[in-house]
Amino acid sequence: MNPVLKLLLEGGSLSTAQMAQVAGLSEAEVEQHLDQLKQDKILLGWRPVLDLSREAAADAAVEAVIEVKITPERGGGFDRLAERTARFDEVHTCMLVSGGYDLLVIVRGRSLQKVAAFVSEKLSTIEGVLSTSTHFILRYYKDQGFMLGTDESSGQRLDVAP
Amino acid sequence: MEPNSSKWVAGHVASLPKSGIRDFFELVAKMKGREVISLGVGEPDFATPWHIREAAIYSLEKGRTFYTSNLGSPELRREISRYVSREFGIDYRSDDQVIVTVGVSEALDLAFRAFLNPGDKVMYHQPCYVSYHPSIGLAHGEAIPVPTYAKDGFALTAEALEEAWQPGAKILMLNLPCNPTGGTCSREQLEKIAAFAVEKDLLVLSDEIYSELTFEGEHTSIATFPGMWERTIFLHGFSKAYAMTGWRIGYACGPTALIDAMMKVHQYAMMCASIIAQDAAVEALRNGDDAVANMREQYHRRRDLVIRRFNEMGLDCHSPRGSFYAFPSVAGTGMTEAQFAQGLLETRKVAVVPGTAFGPGGKNHVRACFATGYEDLMVACDRMERFIAESDRS
Repeated sequence: MNPVLKLLLEGGSLSTAQMAQVAGLSEAEVEQHLDQLKQDKILLGWRPVLDLSREAAADAAVEAVIEVKITPERGGGFDRLAERTARFDEVHTCMLVSGGYDLLVIVRGRSLQKVAAFVSEKLSTIEGVLSTSTHFILRYYKDQGFMLGTDESSGQRLDVAP
Repeated sequence: MEPNSSKWVAGHVASLPKSGIRDFFELVAKMKGREVISLGVGEPDFATPWHIREAAIYSLEKGRTFYTSNLGSPELRREISRYVSREFGIDYRSDDQVIVTVGVSEALDLAFRAFLNPGDKVMYHQPCYVSYHPSIGLAHGEAIPVPTYAKDGFALTAEALEEAWQPGAKILMLNLPCNPTGGTCSREQLEKIAAFAVEKDLLVLSDEIYSELTFEGEHTSIATFPGMWERTIFLHGFSKAYAMTGWRIGYACGPTALIDAMMKVHQYAMMCASIIAQDAAVEALRNGDDAVANMREQYHRRRDLVIRRFNEMGLDCHSPRGSFYAFPSVAGTGMTEAQFAQGLLETRKVAVVPGTAFGPGGKNHVRACFATGYEDLMVACDRMERFIAESDRS
């Protein structure tokens, strides 16, 4: 596997220079790998993982998970409706899932009203959308591999031990 | 004041030197809170994998708070027997050839107390783990250190053993991969050591606690060579591979009569290892392979990073095939290991342990543990590089 991709998958936040050291490559080689990953549309972008319950990060703090049932279409299946849904700026994540509904959509907004308005006015009115079921997120305990609010570090190790 | 209370301390304890690591610990403790990056630890930086911790919580919830059999819970001994057979190719009966102990440290103490008559001699390679020499003394044995050398990557050689051997030698103590040097032996070297043990009729205590952290090639246990099973006590535990140092759980496997003798000491001194730790260990052996592989990969990359950096900055360092320790030579800096460690700590706030804490063979070396996150490792290397450059100029 591409050594840089491996480091990215581990979810660290190393700089190019640091990745070079860890992977035993030159910085130029790391850049090359990163460019290749972008060209191959594997690496799409960078985003920080934020604890949105903290005031400093509280902008766009309301999130809802929405279960959406849609009608599949001849020829395209779920793709056209899924893409149409996904293109809204409010939609943070959109995926097709198995089970009792078809799309799982995560929507972000500045307020509860804005998210609610998006669901009732935009999402549920798309032709082909049969039903929506909206769950507002109350609290995160773990996000993308990061535990929130619990501090577990190796800081309690003795500094010198046999 | 306690006038003359020291008169009650036993002679062989009073004469025991304090661990050299202790002095250095005090020194680091004084610097505490001043952004010291410590490469002085001897344990993983990972917390125990959650599924293992969760199994311990479940065990408590179920009210498993009692003594277990002296030898350890039958369940854990069965898992150990399976694991050692699967991973090391050595077969032990779980009923009477496995004993669960409070870390390998206890197993080692049991073995010395069970097998040494006063004055019996124990050969061990050095530099080595800090407790080997004192444990032998506490069991009234006599220590015969066998030197290992940087030029061999600190591998023990049969030639060095041959040279150090004395009449009355009864036990050969091995720790491969080795703390602090990361030294291992090739299959051929190990074969010769096994032949030496057979020839001199030695009992071998093989501490293989770092075996899962072998980065290149396969780990081979000395117990697998002809004539060795019956003269080997295989010592192992959960601290390093499963990041379970604080749980204090390990085990020893060997011929029935020997395990039985160790059990006698254990049952009177310890009764049994903590049941919570035993239950957690069962989970580790059943479902811990992925976590071990993942941690090994992390250590592997960290090793490559620090070894490369050390050599680039002029610290001559062999690449350890196992463990999470680098043992670079500081001879090129013109400083002794103590001067280097102290200077580095005071001026650049990085802690490494002077090699002589692990015996005189550690002269001119320091131990740097790379069980620390990349970011800290890189900063520590940068600081060391600056420290060396500055000391060059002065």
